[in-house]
Amino acid sequence: MKGPGGAGGPRLVLGASFGILAGAGAVTFAAGEGLSYFSDDPKACANCHVMGEAWDGWQKSAHHGRATCNDCHLPRAWLPRIAAKAENGYRHSRAFTFQDYLEPLRIRPRNREILNANCRECHRDLVEGIPSGGEEEPLDCARCHRDAGHGARR
Amino acid sequence: MALAEGSEPAPSPAGRPGAVFSLLAAAGACAATVAVLLLWGNIRERKREGRSRLFPVVEITEDTVDPALWGRNFPRQFDGYRRTVDVERTRHGGSEAFQKLDEDPRWRVLFEGYPFGVDYREERGHAYMLSDQDRTERVKKFPQPGACLHCHSAVLPAYVETGKRAGAASREEQIRKGFEIVCALPYAEARPRVAHPVTCGDCHQPGTMQLRVTRPAFRTAIQELARSGADLPALPSVARWRAARKGDYDPNLLAGRQEMRALVCAQCHVEYYFQGPGKLLVYPWSEGLPAESIEAAYDRAGHTDWTHPRSGAPLLKAQHPEFELWSRGLHARSGVACADCHMPYLREGAVKISDHHVRSPLLNVSRACQTCHSYPEAELRARAEGIQDRTKVLMGRAEEAVVGLIGTITKAAGAGLGGDRLEAARRFHRKAQWRLDFVAAENSMGFHAAQEAARLLAEAIDFARQGQVAALEGATTPK
Repeated sequence: MKGPGGAGGPRLVLGASFGILAGAGAVTFAAGEGLSYFSDDPKACANCHVMGEAWDGWQKSAHHGRATCNDCHLPRAWLPRIAAKAENGYRHSRAFTFQDYLEPLRIRPRNREILNANCRECHRDLVEGIPSGGEEEPLDCARCHRDAGHGARR
Repeated sequence: MALAEGSEPAPSPAGRPGAVFSLLAAAGACAATVAVLLLWGNIRERKREGRSRLFPVVEITEDTVDPALWGRNFPRQFDGYRRTVDVERTRHGGSEAFQKLDEDPRWRVLFEGYPFGVDYREERGHAYMLSDQDRTERVKKFPQPGACLHCHSAVLPAYVETGKRAGAASREEQIRKGFEIVCALPYAEARPRVAHPVTCGDCHQPGTMQLRVTRPAFRTAIQELARSGADLPALPSVARWRAARKGDYDPNLLAGRQEMRALVCAQCHVEYYFQGPGKLLVYPWSEGLPAESIEAAYDRAGHTDWTHPRSGAPLLKAQHPEFELWSRGLHARSGVACADCHMPYLREGAVKISDHHVRSPLLNVSRACQTCHSYPEAELRARAEGIQDRTKVLMGRAEEAVVGLIGTITKAAGAGLGGDRLEAARRFHRKAQWRLDFVAAENSMGFHAAQEAARLLAEAIDFARQGQVAALEGATTPK
């Protein structure tokens, strides 16, 4: 009864089911605009509406013409950049899918570190002399310069 | 999987383990496919929400009063609106109807001879504004006019109908005319003309949902206020109108969206009185919004709410001057409107709406405060309650002082004091109790403008003690 492939039936089922999975995955990936997340286009960050206000505020901010989301919110070096993108991407999409996040949105400590490193990187000449504040209470640029990146709050 | 297949001898006579693994893997793939398709569905749903947030299933016109009909088009907002039935206490207020006269019996003395001395309960949520009118002893035991309905009900259709019958032509005129007629009616006669507490159309334009003000007494008063020259940092559109002075100031045409997010509330959360025998509802803003400006307007109009039976002083009853006190505070100066804290934004899926469950921000600290103040909830609550606790302590002192003055005047009058000294002491009583009641009747325990509230209470204490000095030592004039 068996064909030349031995367990032909199960193999066929296996192939077909993975084929369907791949197809469904591709469709979902496309619907979720998956490719856009590999770019540095700020529009990608506002894909899922949660970042709507962050986007609006950025439009009105002093940094609008100088820096995009990824310039401030991701590390510069290639590997940490991909890692941060993957981690935040996972957290954000999980939170938005299950709708279990708290508002108002707050930046996490690790992302705050990244942000501050980027402030210091661009504004090096100006802030070189300012001590970093140490482990206990790291200096946080955005604590005072809250609207530097996101303009008016409403 | 590859390992499993590789480790099997290729021409296995039975071929069973390979088949089992294949089928298991296929089942796994099926499960994963289901998960992926669910995610796909979720993404599509959120995208749809993001694209369109309005699904009009009923036509809404000026004649649509029933909020449930509006709710079919705006289910999210309607859900919140309905939750104003919730009863919840905060430290100094909330929405539970506790009897303030029992909690602090000094108010029985202060309001003696006035309906508030019989029943003074904390307000409940918006949902109860009309039905609680049917319960309060102030309406049951004392004759009240139809003027109450201006703010205790969705009254516009009743005004239009009444105005139409009285022969007014345009909708605007019908509202005005109907307002004047209904104000003068006895409450029991006016009550059947309304069916709902405040509803959607009171603040929203049907069709566009744009914010609007509809209440005739408010529209008259805000015009007068604009003409007054009073300092109004929270209303930049008034300053623009003052520079141009074309026609009357109309918030529906001139005020920005952020101003409207305060003005729709200011239609009712204000100081008011019933003017003359027609019981016309008037907001006394002709001199400005501070307590002493309102007092000046009352003095000029010769208005007195009642004469205190013990002191004989002609007194004023403060209502609920939330808009007035807020406009003296830091939040108002910073452009923060009522709705920012009492109806903060919230997200449902990809849709952002303002929370129509209007309530104390202390019951919703994260959304109400943390949007602007990035401190922990406990810290923000401590700050707000710190202001309220201090106001409460000062208010207790002010009550003590005014009750003391009432006692002194009663005793002095009983001992035969008359003339200038008695009159001066009574004038002091009017001034002191007005300031005390202004802060006490206002619904934030001082929070809306902490320093202003403290100033008024300090003045109340001072005037009360000056009144005692006047009665005991000699005539002075209030300063």
